[in-house]
Amino acid sequence: MIELININKSFEKNHVLKNVSMSFEPGKMNLIIGASGSGKTTLIKCLIGLYSYDSGKVLFDGQDLKSMGKKEQRLLRKDLGMLFQGGALFDDLSVKENIEFPLTMFTSMTTKEKNDRIDFCLDRVNLSGVHKLQPSELSGGMMKRVAIARAISMNPKYLFCDEPNSGLDPKTSIVIDNLLQEITREYNITTVVNTHDMNSVIEVGDNISFLHQGMLAWKGSKEAIISSQNKELNNFVFASQLFQKLRSM
Amino acid sequence: MIKVVKNIGSYFLLLRQVFIKPENKKVYYNRIISEIMALGVNSLSLVAIISLFMGAVVAIQTGLQLGTPFIPKYLIGFATRESLILEFSPTMISLILAGKVGSSIASEVGSMRISEQIDALEIMGVNSRSYIIQPKIIACVIFFPILVIISMAVGMFGGYLAVLFSGIVSPAEYFRGLNMWFNPFYITYAVVKTLFFAFIISSISAYFGYFTSGGALEVGKSSTNAVVYCCIVILLVNFIITQLMIA
Repeated sequence: MIELININKSFEKNHVLKNVSMSFEPGKMNLIIGASGSGKTTLIKCLIGLYSYDSGKVLFDGQDLKSMGKKEQRLLRKDLGMLFQGGALFDDLSVKENIEFPLTMFTSMTTKEKNDRIDFCLDRVNLSGVHKLQPSELSGGMMKRVAIARAISMNPKYLFCDEPNSGLDPKTSIVIDNLLQEITREYNITTVVNTHDMNSVIEVGDNISFLHQGMLAWKGSKEAIISSQNKELNNFVFASQLFQKLRSM
Repeated sequence: MIKVVKNIGSYFLLLRQVFIKPENKKVYYNRIISEIMALGVNSLSLVAIISLFMGAVVAIQTGLQLGTPFIPKYLIGFATRESLILEFSPTMISLILAGKVGSSIASEVGSMRISEQIDALEIMGVNSRSYIIQPKIIACVIFFPILVIISMAVGMFGGYLAVLFSGIVSPAEYFRGLNMWFNPFYITYAVVKTLFFAFIISSISAYFGYFTSGGALEVGKSSTNAVVYCCIVILLVNFIITQLMIA
């Protein structure tokens, strides 16, 4: 379980996050939605410690991120998995080496154990025969799947995904969404996904938080989104004609 | 001015993080080997070609300046050796490496920054500064002195080819000059300079790459800035070391 209490973050005079409080449950797809520039990426980077927030608390199973010592933070990082917008695979390493990287750095696994784990992770994301390929040889969807395989290689308790569907076609997006949902349920991971893809919300969203201009403007389930009277949320969700037609049906 | 002071401060803060105990020594060792190949061995042909022609030109130019019969011709070999060992090989080759290796380091690290690979390392709990930059600095510090010593040898061979084909002096007299009044301390001086230059090139370039923000355009700017600052600092440090060790 992750809890955010009154998080504030500014970049010089630009107040990006304003008193944001929310919680993310394990085994569920916790989606943060909002327009571009609403503070989603900043929020997720504050959560994983890439940005330090100005005030507030981020609690990982009750433990405050800021009050943790270096050793505790290092241990926590081993429980974190992150799927970046562009995949962030290491260019100079092959697919196999990318997944092997955290295993080599932080475990004392034998080569056979590592190979088994790599095969398992690649199998889990439905990829085979790609071990020797370089990231530049992969399609966008494959790159995301390899990034997921790398993120789950250390059995994370928390998985963060920043726009996992950006740049993907609708069919591949659904594959990635379903994959994330399956992994979340199967391993009881606390998954936090940043997205502005409404298909993802309808497809896999369990808990949805809507950020508007750096503030938490709405929170609820995917079913509640359709009937919500929140003006900002409606402007965001029903911006496309397709969703407007769906609502009127 | 404030920006320069701020950059110097951030540079030293970065260096403090670079030289901490590695998480996994074996991974770091493998990275040092691959960086030696990428940054050092891959520069060998460029260094050899430049040194060959540089040595040849120095020999011909010296021969033209020593046109008077009162100055013995073997001094052409002597002057070529001294020029190559004292300045051309350590300083000129380092300036050329600042262009080749420096821009390569800055653009590689900058690309890692903008494609979030550095963030990915941090999330995993890897000290990205140490993992990315430390092997590059160690590789340059180990291999650049070797490159410079090779450059000296190839440069002197270039001088030999020049005198052989131009006939400004006989090869025997050229070799006599090469072996004359040799001071081994000059090699130590050249190697010490190169060690400093290697550190400057790798660390300054990595600094500019590491703090790249934005997109591909900024990666190019970081790369250019890295080369410019490396060249300026190399010339400044060259002056200081020469003053301390030779003057």
